[in-house]
This record gives sequence, C-alpha cells and structure tokens, in this order.
Amino acid sequence: MLSFIIRRFLGAMAMLVVSSIVTFGIFFVLPKLAGQTTDQLAATYAGKAPTQQAIDDIKVRLGLDEPIAVQYARFVEGVFVGKEFDNGPSEIWCPPPCLGYSFTTNEPVLPKLLDRAPVTLSLALGASVLWVVTGVGIGVLSALRRGSVFDRAAMVTALAGVSLPIYFTGLVSLAVFAYGLGLWPTGVRYVPFTENPVDWAYNLILPWVTLSFLYAALYARLTRAGMLETLGEDYIRTARAKGLPERTVITRHALRASLTPILTVFGLDLGLLLGGAVLTESTFGFAGLGALSIQSIFTGDLPMVMGVVLLATLFVVLLNFLVDVLYAVVDPRVRLS
Amino acid sequence: MSEPVKDTSGGSPFLDVRDLRIHFPTDDGLVRSVDGLSFTLERGRTLGIVGESGSGKSVTSLGILGLHHRRNARVSGEIWLDGKELVGADPDDVRRLRGRHMAMIFQDPLSSMHPFYTIGAQIIEAYRIHNAVSKKVARKHAIDMLGRVGIPTPDKRVDDYPHQFSGGMRQRAMIAMALSCDPELLIADEPTTALDVTVQAQILDLLRDLQREFDSAIIMITHDLGVVAELADDVLVMYGGRCVEYGAVDDMFHRPLHPYTWGLLGSMPRLDRARTERLMPVKGAPPSLINLPSGCAFHPRCAYADRTGGRSQTEVPELRVEPETTHRAACHLDVAERRRVWETEIGPKL
Amino acid sequence: METDAVKAAEPAAPAASPAPGGGEGPLLEVTGLRKYFPVHAGLMRRQVATVKAVDGVSFSVDRGRTLGLVGESGCGKTTTGRMIMRLEDPTAGSIRFEGREIATLRQSRLRPLRRDIQMIFQDPYSSLNPRKTVGSIVGAPFHLQDIKTEHGVKRAVQELLELVGLNPEHYNRYPHEFSGGQRQRIGIARTLALKPKLIVADEPVSALDVSIQAQVVNLLEDLQNELGLTYVVIAHDLSVVRHISDRVAVMYLGRIVEIADQADLYTRPKHPYTKALLSAVPVPDPAARDGRERIRLTGDVPSPLNPPPGCPFHPRCWKAQDRCKVEEPALADEAGGTPGHAVACHFPEPAPEAAPVP
Repeated sequence: MLSFIIRRFLGAMAMLVVSSIVTFGIFFVLPKLAGQTTDQLAATYAGKAPTQQAIDDIKVRLGLDEPIAVQYARFVEGVFVGKEFDNGPSEIWCPPPCLGYSFTTNEPVLPKLLDRAPVTLSLALGASVLWVVTGVGIGVLSALRRGSVFDRAAMVTALAGVSLPIYFTGLVSLAVFAYGLGLWPTGVRYVPFTENPVDWAYNLILPWVTLSFLYAALYARLTRAGMLETLGEDYIRTARAKGLPERTVITRHALRASLTPILTVFGLDLGLLLGGAVLTESTFGFAGLGALSIQSIFTGDLPMVMGVVLLATLFVVLLNFLVDVLYAVVDPRVRLS
Repeated sequence: MSEPVKDTSGGSPFLDVRDLRIHFPTDDGLVRSVDGLSFTLERGRTLGIVGESGSGKSVTSLGILGLHHRRNARVSGEIWLDGKELVGADPDDVRRLRGRHMAMIFQDPLSSMHPFYTIGAQIIEAYRIHNAVSKKVARKHAIDMLGRVGIPTPDKRVDDYPHQFSGGMRQRAMIAMALSCDPELLIADEPTTALDVTVQAQILDLLRDLQREFDSAIIMITHDLGVVAELADDVLVMYGGRCVEYGAVDDMFHRPLHPYTWGLLGSMPRLDRARTERLMPVKGAPPSLINLPSGCAFHPRCAYADRTGGRSQTEVPELRVEPETTHRAACHLDVAERRRVWETEIGPKL
Repeated sequence: METDAVKAAEPAAPAASPAPGGGEGPLLEVTGLRKYFPVHAGLMRRQVATVKAVDGVSFSVDRGRTLGLVGESGCGKTTTGRMIMRLEDPTAGSIRFEGREIATLRQSRLRPLRRDIQMIFQDPYSSLNPRKTVGSIVGAPFHLQDIKTEHGVKRAVQELLELVGLNPEHYNRYPHEFSGGQRQRIGIARTLALKPKLIVADEPVSALDVSIQAQVVNLLEDLQNELGLTYVVIAHDLSVVRHISDRVAVMYLGRIVEIADQADLYTRPKHPYTKALLSAVPVPDPAARDGRERIRLTGDVPSPLNPPPGCPFHPRCWKAQDRCKVEEPALADEAGGTPGHAVACHFPEPAPEAAPVP
C-alpha cells in the first residue's frame, strides 16, 4: 500500500513538472516554432504599439534573449528560491514560491491568485457537494424505480441539465429567482466567509445551483447507469440469496460498488471545474480565478495566465492523486494485486 | 448415498413444488420461462435438474428462493417448503427464510462474491442476519465453516478478499457461506462448471459429505449428465420451460423414456465406454422461449415426431407416470415403442 | 480474427489420413517451446519474477491427424496454441511448419502463414463482429488476402456456409440472428475460407450447449475427412479430446507430462496426474458411482509464478518420493513400453495386466 501511494505521488509530481513545461512551452516555444522572432514575441507582451525600448525591456525582464532551457530553469528557480525582478528603475524581490509579476498591473502573481482563490473555492466546494448529493441521490432513486414516472422525469431533466449551457441557466435563474421573485433584489455578490457566513452562503445559492445543475445531471445519469449495472451483478444476487433486507443490499452492496467509478469522475471534475467556474463567475459578476484568467488572457498577461494554469494543474493532479489513493482504500483488488 | 426417503413432516414432502409457472412480460411477448413444473424433494436427497440454455432451470431455482422481482415476473403455482407455502407468502417472510432455511451456490464464485469485502465479512454478514450474535462469535463461526469446507489455515484466510482465493477455494468459501446457517435446502446452480475437473471432483465430494453431515436437500442444476449421475437420486429434465422427463437416477440413465434425454446421452462422448465413431447429437438448437414451437416444444428436433400422427405439432404432451414406476415422461409416442427404440436403436450405440 | 496472407506454394494439403511418417515428415513440429512472462512489482517496477507459462514443450502433428492438448487452467495449453499461431512470440524453442522454421519469423513475414494456419475460438459470441453480415464475415479473408475466386466471393462464401451445415441463403443475416452453435459454424466457415492446412481450435465446443457440442464435434471430424485438415485441439474436457484426437498430450504447469496415442493414453495412463485427471471426470452412469476407483488430488494447481522444484506435480502426487522433489523427470518413452507413449515421471504407473487393445 505504501509503495502504491509513493508511486502514485511521484507520478503526480512528474505530471506537475510535465504540465509546467508544456504550459511554458505553449507561451514561449510555440510562437518561435511558428516563426516569430524574439522581438515579435516580446512585443506581444508589451501592450499596444510598443516602443523598441519597451520591447527590449520586456526581453530583458522575461529573459527572452536567453536559451529556452535557461528561461525555464529561471522560472523554476523563482518558484523554489524566489528571484529578483528588474522593474524599471528599481529591483523587486519576489519571495518563493514566485510565479512572477503581472505584466499589466505589476502585482506579484501569487498573492493575486490567493486573493481570488477563495471566491472560486467557495463556488466549487459548495457546488460539488450539492451536485454529488443530488446527482447520486436522484441517480440511485431512478435506478431503483426504473421506468417509473420519477425515473423518466428525472432523466428528461438530467438531459436538459447536460445540454443547457451555464450562462443560459445562470441568466434564467437570475431573472426568475433574483429579480422576478425578488429573492435577491439587488443581485448577488461575493461576501467573504470570514466576513459573514450567512451572507456568504445566501449569495452563493444561485451560483451553486447554476453550476451544479450541469454536473448533477451528469452524475444522476452516471449513477443510474452504474447502479443498474451493479444491480445486475452476480454478487447482488448472492446478497439477496443470503436473505439480506433490500435496503442493506442497496446500500452495503450495490451503492458501494457503483460509487467507485463516480469517485474517479468526481476527482477529475473538481479539477476541471475551473472551466465551469469561469462562466458562472462571469454570469454572476464574481471576481474569482475564472474571471481573472479570462481577463489575463485578453490582456496578454502571461505570468498571470501561467499562474492560473499551474494552480489549476496542481488541483487536477492532487485531486487525482487523492482519488487514486481513495480508490485503493475502497477496492482491495487495486490495493492487493 | 441412496438412502431411503426420509419422511420428516408426516406425509407431505419437505419441498413440494406444484405447477410452478414463472412468466416474464417483455416487449416481444410473454416469455414462459417455467411453465407448469412440479416435483418433490426430501431432506438428505438430491434432485438433479438438467437442461440446456433457456430451458428454465436457473429461473426455477431463483423462483424457489423468491428472487424474482414481482414487478418483472409473474409467478404462480405453489412452493411448499417444510409445510410453508412461498409463492403467496409475504416477500419479507420469504426473505427471512432465504439464507437460513434455503441457500444457494452459484456457477461463478468470483463474480458471485462482493469484490470489496473479505470472505470472512461476507460469511459473517450471512450468519448475523439470521442469528443475533456478536461479531466475534460470528467470526469464530465463519472460521469454523471455512475449516469445515476444507480451506487450510481458515483463521488466516478469513481476512482475505475473494480475488486472493483460487477458483476451487472460492467455491468452497461460497459453500461455507451458503451453509453458515445450516439450511435444510441447498440449491446449487452449475456449481462446478467454471472449475477444473480435479477441483470439480473435490467440490462434488464436499457436497456429498456435507449433505450427509447436515442432512440437507440439494437441488443440483447442471447441464452435465456426468455430474448428475455422480450425485443425484432423482433427475428432472427440462426443455423449453417444461419438464419432459422425471424419475429416479437409475431409470433416467438406464431406461430413459424421452427422445430429448436420448439426445443428451448420445451427444456426450463418454470415458467409460469404448470410443464411438460418431456422436449422436440432437439436430437443431434449443428453442427461443419467446417463440416456442407449438405442441411438443421438442418436435422440430425430434427424430420420432413423424410417428405421432401429427399430434406432436398440435398438442402439448402430458407428463405421465409409467405404470408401476415413479418414472414420468412427456411424449406422444407410445411407451412400448419408446422402450423398443431405446433398447434396440439408442442404448446399444452409446 | 483478422486473417491475412498472400498465396502459399501448395494448393492444399494431401487427402485424408496419409500414413504418418510417410516420407514428408510431420506437418507441425514443436521443439523445446517456451514462453516466459516477466512479472514487475515494487516502486521501480523491477522484474521480480518470471511466469513460465510454457516451459519446454515438444510434440509433432502428422498431416490429417489431430493432436489434443489437455490440462487444467494455467497449464499453458492456450499459450502453446497462441504461439503456434504466432499470436504470441515464443521465448525460446522451435516451431517447424512443413519443415520451415516459423518461431522466429518476423511479424511482417507471417502473412503467408496466416493463410495456412487458422484458429477457431471458444466464444462464438465475441469473435464475430456484430455489425457485419455473415457473408462479409466469412468473405473477409478473401478480400484481406486478395484472393481471386472462380465464381466470385459470394459463391465461394455460400459454398463454405453449405460445407459447415448452414443455409447459404442466410448470407445477408447478422450474427445475432444465429444460435450459439450456428455462430460457431460461421466461425469455422471463416476459418476454412483460405483452405488452411492446420487448424488450432481453442476450446471449440466448451461454450456450447450439450446437444450442440456434439454437432460441432461431428462437423470438425467430417471436415477433417473431406479436406484432409490437421488439427491441434486445445480443451479441458477429456471426453471430447478423446473422441476427436489421434494423439493426446497432457499438460501440467507449462510442461507436457504425458503424450501418447489416444487409445494408449486413456486405457493405460502412466503419469499419476493423467490417472487422477481421468478418474476425476464424472461418468454418466449412476451404477458406476460407488464401484469405480477414485483418485482425489488435494489442493490446487500451484501458481506458475512459483512452481515447485523437481517434478512440478510432486506436491499433489501420492507416489512422490525424495527424488521427485529435486530431480525433474524428462519426457521420454519408457523402456519396453509402447513406442510413442512418453511420460515424464520417475515412477510411472505400471501397465495394467492384459490390457485390452481397442
């Protein structure tokens, strides 16, 4: 088991390194391969109609005139030991873990990310709890009452949930519940949890529901299919043949087996949630990581984009590592073979 | 092995199945998986139910245990187990009988055990549903049962998961689980089909020994006539959801009265006879239950159907007892004619 | 299964039952065949052990004859068959087909071989593409091998369907419209399309209903007589193997422990394992229940990962002595025994006195 965990952990770390290289490569190597000169590359990061001086500054600041491997090494150095930044007249010390400085605002990247993260995390965690509970619950009930009115209604709703885009459901829910019914007459805004937990939750209800609608629909369908498959397994027949009450058969035997694949998907989805969060945040006007990444992409703020991407990768990799370990805890065949 | 019939409940048999019908409504029509099946079984005796795929043998066994969902299946007829009727009984009452008074072992012991729970946990669970004992006592019982079915170092293996057992050991564990509450009726559905032949022999021996020890009634469902000949006291041959022949094991193998049984016997190469030049298979394939042939379901495959004057195509033959025997067969052909065919045409060629 | 190959030299195998050893030598000769699978474990996925799935197997099959390979699960019989088909690369040893070494042929050179050696699989459900008609399944080998047929592929396919006892009118039907036995016939028709010389049949009847098994066994025999086919039949069912085989090899833990002509092996088994196997087969005769001699092996087949030293069978053998634990017996004809009856045992069973010669 320990060897399994260590192996998976090393794999996760390797994954992180690879994805940082890839991200780095996308911004610095690909343009070069496409035929851009270093000057042109620097110009893309120097705002509109830059002077040659500005371009040269950028080149020096980003180290674009150095070989790519050195550039990557400097980036990694920054992450682990920090680095000095030549910021025009003065030098700024960026302490580790240093992800660089924003091109547009000259703020350090990491504090900005950490500032925005709670918004996205609040959104993501609340929504994920909501969608797992409702999705799995509906899926199980649907499977147990296959063909019933409940099942059919749930599956049609689920189909709608899977196919409707978030900005649509988001806007509709805002129009109906916030303004139409007057439940949030002034619209919703993000209130930090530390400031007022009740307001925090109250303002997040609509975003949570909007974001989880898509996933809940997906999970309901997944759970239903998994449950139906498991209920057809031989060991479920055995459990019934032992004389177990149906409730025990469902909870102890069927649910446990059919939830393991859901666990895998859940790990992935949590990591990939950023995509959904981007839309939800912009629909409700929240200033989270998603909004930040969109804004950074449009302004060509490379260090910020890389920061967001790396943070997201870290999430995906760590959550997958956690899921792998959990899977091994749940399924002895993974652990012991 | 062939002890005399024990009469335990004053005249009425221990297990008495009367006119059992299990039908499944489907989009393609009504599937009559079991259609009017009757048999009896006493404690300490073994009934072999033989049939091919779709004959209804497995549906029957699940039906006795009450494992068909009432929403999907229409079950009618009567099943009397030790004086209690099961078909009309409250499902929860039948549930309480399952595992305690009647238990089942299945063909594939790997897929029949939950992969996430240890062997011990699964036996303990089976034991504790029906017995109000502590986990510790149940665990001791589980270890005891594993030892009794011949698993070495049961106190260690009790904490293993099913995938850590070999095929034969898994089937032993499955038997230990089924017998944990000392059920009077054990249904074994192809218990050795997935096993190697030397392991199959061990499991058959084990079942024989345990039957002697627990005095259980066993229903052995199989397609393998060899297994039936080794273990059964009575044999019931199913075809298309109906019983076509039912009798004592000696009669079935030495004086079979149904052309389908002849076909089964002629289909299998035998190690106990000189090698024959050719096997004598039944022509065609087992019928689909959705579209069962009219009259005698076997008639399209029967080599003697033309000797019934057309009755085989229109009339379902009744299961008739041959005079002065307990041997029954459902065939339109005159019994004297069938005896002659067996003695002169079929028997000598096997 | 996809089959591919271009034209081979000879048109077809000679007619049925040529005298064994009559000039040409065996069609298939396997010598010292081995297949080792590495086992990796631990943090660095180092190779920690080797599974010797097949460990030095030798046999030969004459033209028009059938060799049966029997044994319990994990004995290596299927791996042996897959190596003959070159679906698996041998670790060591030689496979000579018509005198030509094929064990070391590169995959790119295997096309002609695919035409001469064909395989029948156990599962008639999963080995046929459900979205293709019977006509295109059976006709696929012609297209893949770019074979010209005299009256077109359709005619050739219909002849094949007829040959295996299917209605040629069913050319345009899909596999799900057929029963298990018919599906196995479709598989056999496809196998025969390219007029192979050798057919490796891996458990050809074990997934079928009893009454259907016999039909397919009879069909295999008829086809052998008509087309002069040579079979290697891999099966766990000893009765089926006896019925269909001329020679039978019994495998245990990757080795052949006994090989002999069918009649010899079944009436005078010399290896204790063969004897135990035969006595374990349930006999469809209730009268024989109590009278017959039973040998009950205890335990399971040991894991090929960790085979016992010496004779692989010694931990389960009732005759095992100290010698068996250290010295592995070689497969050899017994001095004074029937020629061609080889056994790998230090203490083979004596021949029963006045054994009937069938």
